[in-house]
Amino acid sequence: MFVLSLMLAAAMWELYKAIGPETGGKVLGMRVLPKAEDRVMPHVWEMFQRFGRAEVRSSKDTVLEAVVSGAWYSFRIALAGLALGTAVGFGLALLMARFRVVERGLLPWLVVSQTVPLIALAPLVASWGGKLHIGGFTWQRWMSASIIAAFLAFFPMAVGALRGLSSPPPAALELMDSYAAPWRSTLFKLRIPATLPYLVPAFRLAANAAVAGTVIAEISAGVRGGIGRLILEYMREATGDPAKVYTAVFGAAAVGLLMAGLVAVIEMTATRHLRKEEFA
Amino acid sequence: MTEIAVPTGQVGAAAAAVEARGAAMTFNAGRPNEVIALAPIDLTVAPGELVSLIGPSGCGKSTLLRLIANLLEPTDGSLLINGKPASQARLDGDYGMAFQQAGLFDWRTVSRNIELPLEIKGWDRARRRARALEMLELVRLCDFADHHPWELSGGMQQRVAIARALSFEPKLLLMDEPFGALDEMTREHMQTELGRIRAATGAAVIFVTHSIPEAVFLSDRVAVMSARPGHIEAVIDVALGERTELTRGDPLFFKHVTEVREALRAGHGVGGGMEDR
Amino acid sequence: MTRQRILAMFWPVLFGAVFLGLWETFVVTRDIKPYLLPKPSAIWGQFHGNFTLIRKSTRVTATNAFIGLFLGVAGGALVALVANRFRLLRELVMPLAISVAAVPIIVLVAIFNNLFSITSEVPRRLMVTLIVFFVVFLNVSKGLTQSDPTQLELMRSYGASQSTIIRKVRVPNALAYLFIALRQVAPLAVVTAFVSEYFGGTQNGLGARITQSIASSRDAAGWAYVLAACILGLVFFGVAIAIECVVAPRRSRRLS
Repeated sequence: MFVLSLMLAAAMWELYKAIGPETGGKVLGMRVLPKAEDRVMPHVWEMFQRFGRAEVRSSKDTVLEAVVSGAWYSFRIALAGLALGTAVGFGLALLMARFRVVERGLLPWLVVSQTVPLIALAPLVASWGGKLHIGGFTWQRWMSASIIAAFLAFFPMAVGALRGLSSPPPAALELMDSYAAPWRSTLFKLRIPATLPYLVPAFRLAANAAVAGTVIAEISAGVRGGIGRLILEYMREATGDPAKVYTAVFGAAAVGLLMAGLVAVIEMTATRHLRKEEFA
Repeated sequence: MTEIAVPTGQVGAAAAAVEARGAAMTFNAGRPNEVIALAPIDLTVAPGELVSLIGPSGCGKSTLLRLIANLLEPTDGSLLINGKPASQARLDGDYGMAFQQAGLFDWRTVSRNIELPLEIKGWDRARRRARALEMLELVRLCDFADHHPWELSGGMQQRVAIARALSFEPKLLLMDEPFGALDEMTREHMQTELGRIRAATGAAVIFVTHSIPEAVFLSDRVAVMSARPGHIEAVIDVALGERTELTRGDPLFFKHVTEVREALRAGHGVGGGMEDR
Repeated sequence: MTRQRILAMFWPVLFGAVFLGLWETFVVTRDIKPYLLPKPSAIWGQFHGNFTLIRKSTRVTATNAFIGLFLGVAGGALVALVANRFRLLRELVMPLAISVAAVPIIVLVAIFNNLFSITSEVPRRLMVTLIVFFVVFLNVSKGLTQSDPTQLELMRSYGASQSTIIRKVRVPNALAYLFIALRQVAPLAVVTAFVSEYFGGTQNGLGARITQSIASSRDAAGWAYVLAACILGLVFFGVAIAIECVVAPRRSRRLS
């Protein structure tokens, strides 16, 4: 069915090309219809053809190789960001679960931050590249992208983890109390295992946010080697070479799908001993 | 305030399983939303005895249970479990608890659930496994050692919860309506099971329930409570001897049930909101 | 405001104030260069100083966000309703929506910029619409399918037609999910609107101004634009909550 909808989308694309106005059109007086000429809307098969040919007239790499290496580069940045964001998010959630004061002071800010466009900081963090030195260690551009990805991933993880850590019913907590179990024991034997079902949807969100954050950060930071940079470059060359930018877009999609696949594998291994329920 | 005499016929030298003197509980004392949950209670439970606490909602029976379990601190009076203060008893693992929801951990197998308190108390693995198997035998669930809680019926889950509560051989078992979520047939079966387990382990039991027949069937004594503020209205001795399948049809059984029901009515007024199941 | 509410705000406000204070002292004492991290006071100064320009850019971004939000919500809810009724449509759209959720579709702005004229705001609006559409579609679809089976049985026992069932049971249930989605997509629309500006095109909105400020080494000004974007996001979120309160006040609300 999925393949069918893709084919349908491709068919609609070609249909529009066939009947759409060459220079873009107006609907109710507003210029909202896209231009349908070949230069900006290449045929679907042309997009795939473009993978095969050389990236730039002078280089020997094909577009496919360039896109794949760019996608792989970005994927690793996103993964690093996701790992960092998960660790920090979980750590913060533990802190909030342990100390009510921290929860009361910090949680509202976390909730607010989910409504606030932190991604706006992306260009600012990106500009740290090459300018920030800590000891003998220079801040690399790609680290900005990872940090931003971590930033975006950390919030859903923190909120999800906190919810999970607070999820055990009072009776379970009373049970642990009746055993005179110390807080650490309750944490490892009760709260953390109870957290897993809550972490699953949070992790998916975080992974998606990490990928989006990486791409956007790369675009605002100009990170060499990433798929975001490729998209920008190809977009600027689009007048001469329209199909190239689409190849990069497919590359970005591939990063997302690869990440989704990884998340699915992690989920399956982590929850194989749990009841087979639908994780919303 | 009511004074209840120490029951006779039990082992005299051992400390009482539970000795409550003037134990009272007031929530939010001094504030506008103050609630006197329990007026001062005196209650003594002998070793190996089963005492039920029965009463309408709000009469403080669960509160009293939690005071005994040291999950709450009384605002007045004292509580001795096996001759020690309640807090010490909790640290020493002198009692086990079972709730209405079995409260098993979904992510652990049945036998690992039973091992939970033993892990916390620092038993080594071999000892834990051996004890878990023993307990499974006691509640007759040996075949389910490696199953997960969701694969078991409600009654079976409660049996695991009881096994867990008894795994470290406490002298006292505290039960808060553990059979409340079960259907009638399973409930009666579990009552018989509890009697057998009691006989095998010799533990004293304090059993909170809504059900008059259940209280009468299980107990040596029934403490009837009523509300506003929570207190013990009356304590009824149940002299039914050994409980069997025939006990529920015994005329003496009905007599005691009626006694309890009347005590409840006296404490609460019409009806009493009790179950006649 | 009740005493409770004021007390509840005490800790977060304290944390926020302490955080700002630490930030300011950190920058001043360690002599951090402004292009790394400007002082909060400098940012506030820029915010004040550039206010007219900030307001103009905010309006551009806000318009884009609003149009996209409106169209996306309307479209998403509508298609979810229709898809619920006709299985074929659902089977076609659902897998697309789920995979879109995994993929950073923001990159499509690169393509949109070429499809439309260089001075058009349509690419941004289209992007917001798309992103909002998919979130709303997924949520409302979930709401429509997750109706209480008891309620459904009751309706069937009345001999109610499918469309009646949709109207009287599924839609009210889905409304709750619509508002959950609304809370998410309102700030998301703002984010999408100005992130789209990073891809080029007209440079009037908040996103473009941020990159411009950095390019011309006026970082505190850049942070001021970030502050404006945050405020805009909060405003959209507040409006979403307000709409929810008016249309469907619920006894228990969690800010999730």
